Amino acid sequence: MPDGLTLNKIIAQKGISIGEAARRVADLGWTPSYVQEAMTFPTDYKISKAPKDPMKQVLRSYFPMQEEKDNRVYGALDAALRGDMFRNVEPRWVEWMKLFLAIIPFPEISAARSMAMVGRLAPGDDLRTGFTMQMVDEFRHSTIQMNLKKWYMENYIDPAGFDITEAAFGKCYATSIGRQFGEAFVTGDAITAANIYLTVVAETAFTNTLFVAMPSEAARNGDYALPTVFLSVQSDESRHIGNGHSLLMSILNNPDNHQLLERDLKYAFWQNHAIVDAAIGTIIEYGTTNRDKNKESYAELWHRWIFEDYYRTYMLPLEKYGIKIHHDDVHEAFDRIVKKNYVHKVAQFFSAGWWANFWRIEAMTERDFEWFEHKYPGWYDEFGAWWENYAKLSKPGNPPITFVDTGYVYPHRCWSNLVPCLIREDIVVDEVDGEIFTYGHEVDRWTHKVAFQGEYQGRPTPAMGRFSGHREWESMYHGWDLADAIKDMGFVRPDGKTLIAQPHLSFEEKDMWTLDHVRGYEIKSPLITLRGMTPEQRDAHIAEYKKGFKVHKI
Amino acid sequence: MTAQVQEPEVKSGAAGAKKFPGWDSRKYNYFEPKGRKATHYEDMTVDVQPDPERYLLQDWIISFADGTPTYSKDWTKLKSSDWHKFRAPDQEWERTHYQRQSTIVGMIKNVVDNARKSGAPARFDPRWVKILQDHLGAYKHAEYGLGKATMQAQRYGYTQMINNAILTNSSYKLRFSQDLTLYLSEIGMDLPVFDATAGKTHWMEDPIWQGVREATEAVMGATDYLEQYFATNVVFEPLVAELFRSGFIMQMAAAQNDFATPAVVSAAEADYEQNLANSVELFHLLAQDPEHGEANRQVMEGWLEKHGTLCVKAANQLQPVWSQPRVKVAQFNDALAAASNRLKAICAEIGIEVPAALTATTANDTQPAAEA
Ligand SMILES: [Fe+2]
Ligand SMILES: [Fe+2]
Repeated sequence: MPDGLTLNKIIAQKGISIGEAARRVADLGWTPSYVQEAMTFPTDYKISKAPKDPMKQVLRSYFPMQEEKDNRVYGALDAALRGDMFRNVEPRWVEWMKLFLAIIPFPEISAARSMAMVGRLAPGDDLRTGFTMQMVDEFRHSTIQMNLKKWYMENYIDPAGFDITEAAFGKCYATSIGRQFGEAFVTGDAITAANIYLTVVAETAFTNTLFVAMPSEAARNGDYALPTVFLSVQSDESRHIGNGHSLLMSILNNPDNHQLLERDLKYAFWQNHAIVDAAIGTIIEYGTTNRDKNKESYAELWHRWIFEDYYRTYMLPLEKYGIKIHHDDVHEAFDRIVKKNYVHKVAQFFSAGWWANFWRIEAMTERDFEWFEHKYPGWYDEFGAWWENYAKLSKPGNPPITFVDTGYVYPHRCWSNLVPCLIREDIVVDEVDGEIFTYGHEVDRWTHKVAFQGEYQGRPTPAMGRFSGHREWESMYHGWDLADAIKDMGFVRPDGKTLIAQPHLSFEEKDMWTLDHVRGYEIKSPLITLRGMTPEQRDAHIAEYKKGFKVHKI
Repeated sequence: MTAQVQEPEVKSGAAGAKKFPGWDSRKYNYFEPKGRKATHYEDMTVDVQPDPERYLLQDWIISFADGTPTYSKDWTKLKSSDWHKFRAPDQEWERTHYQRQSTIVGMIKNVVDNARKSGAPARFDPRWVKILQDHLGAYKHAEYGLGKATMQAQRYGYTQMINNAILTNSSYKLRFSQDLTLYLSEIGMDLPVFDATAGKTHWMEDPIWQGVREATEAVMGATDYLEQYFATNVVFEPLVAELFRSGFIMQMAAAQNDFATPAVVSAAEADYEQNLANSVELFHLLAQDPEHGEANRQVMEGWLEKHGTLCVKAANQLQPVWSQPRVKVAQFNDALAAASNRLKAICAEIGIEVPAALTATTANDTQPAAEA
């Protein structure tokens, strides 16, 4: 055989290049002339420049590639079982997966739904393949995560909490924070939701913490399944980021959009920070038993991914298009993580209300204290006593820690991001449409009162969404007995009395709290209480709240 | 010495390592399975999209400016006494979807590669080549339009089961529109004369295709997501899409020396069987709804009339295509009669009446004698 003549070359036939294929596929679109396409997704943005497809892919290469990825994921799950993964997995970690995996399939499928919106609003058909792939990707993410969760339920020592997962998602004070995230992808101004909030911010900035940092921590806790699934999920994200950036460039093209873009970048960045950092920061820092001082803390990861990668290389360059970037918000978000102990305060809150959870949180111990002190100097002084108290009160027969005088003050809730107002000095109270609301930070107040309105800086914004529903969880159970609320939520094991949540990881029946152990304590809504005060009482109350508290050892 | 003998603590996180309340609660327990046991599809799907009437304690927390929540029952005229009852018969979740899609992609690739390797396109009857170029080339846009329409529709359904069934429908349609585009481009490279852009010109300008384009645009332009889903699978597919795919391409091709095109097009027939099963299940449930069945049937019959009228017109305008092949082995009237029967069968399964205007399908009784 002459040199260079291979079998492959003999049988190879002329094909069309991938660029040409993508171009022809994009030419499937046309401008309707008999019936105009439905204009059902509202937006105040004006987009006239057709976005370009940076990826140049066609579906016939997409499906086999994804199937191959799937094969690797499911193969790895089988291998993990053969390798007896659960014998060595850390329950502290898997417990938090009950929360995380209850939340995440909904934002994922919401991202699939939002492809309808950007698909409809983006002029031209160049990006349609990209949007289609993302739609199917997000369907993949949602159902592959439901599958992982089922797999944990079938194989982990304590399935309670996994077994009620989607019902729990609807009831829990913590999952509604995640729902704010998912609903924000699909509701209100379609570009605000599906392009800026979802793609330009959540996917581009925050999926690294979600889908890369979480898997690393999982592996450190003997969980090889989550990394397999989530790194595979993350491998789809570059496509999504490409879609979002391309559409963003079309939006930027019209200077009339810049004002809205500034608003939405501000809102989306801040709320993503508040929600994602609360959840993922807590899971990574408090769901782990690994206290290797050489590994990066969440604050260090944040600095690398959000500050260096996203803020410096993605957000800042937008300034050259004349977009005002809110540098102060980015710096402030970082300060909240490194100086104001945002993540630690969220973990403290989750443990303060452990009885309302559907997963277990065990106390932090000496080993944990040492690591926290090393990574966050001053940690012990602020949080040490809390966790020592928590350990002390973890056996049934004690009152729930929430109702013990430890110095802890049950927090108000932020009306914008639904995380409580944990950085006490930052709380803001304001009136919107004649009602009093509390916010975790000035930017949260602005989000509700200024951004989510029908007018922005004198410009009509008829497409903008509104905050609605019963956004403060506590108001649903104001005046209820703890035991009745837990029963109402369904966070009780099949024996009808043992709580799903436990403030420890003991699997001994004698250590487990039942409804009887939590009866006789009353839930109060901080917001209803605040609204019931006179203006003077309110001012005094908030001034006191802002001073914060000091937890003392009991 | 206080040598306390501690029992070795069970240090395993595996199922069964310890028994305590709830230790064996290993099934999702918050929904009623359709059968005796929940299927894997149900576990992956049910209740992921929440509902204030089921578990959503705090209600939807964001709304549109007019107060419409994140998901609303008002996005379709159809009503249900239990939206959560529907389960897609094809039971698709991500893994089965990718498996099926990539099997189809692989099948098409094999067929096309082998056909081209053996020089098949050059042996197609030249008149047939022109038909593929102009008419299959035009038809691919209809598939694309329905893919876009269903992509739009999957945002609006009231449950995860409904939306995911519409989502996979969209995925199948968009893949097939690309299959046709790339197939035509590839055989075009093996042919001395082939204009890959001609199809779009016919789609936009050829009177033969204007009815189909109008019917497609009517589906794309509908604002009721279930109207879009209904019009796609109950009306357009049998009256126009199957008519052309099965009644023309699949039947004619072999006689024009073309064994490749039917294999490519057959993928869409199989896709449709699944999408049809899903939609019939849904619309049957709604037509038989104990509270809203009658009103729903009226709404569906209205859609049937609106889209059926457009589709019958479209089908009739396609008639000249049947006269174009050199070897005529299929009759338009037979194909149309089959399409009409198919529509009747589908509607019978759903439980709705087909308006008389749609059963008298043909506009003209005879094939035009003249050929171009
Ligand atoms: Fe995703
Ligand atoms: Fe994504």
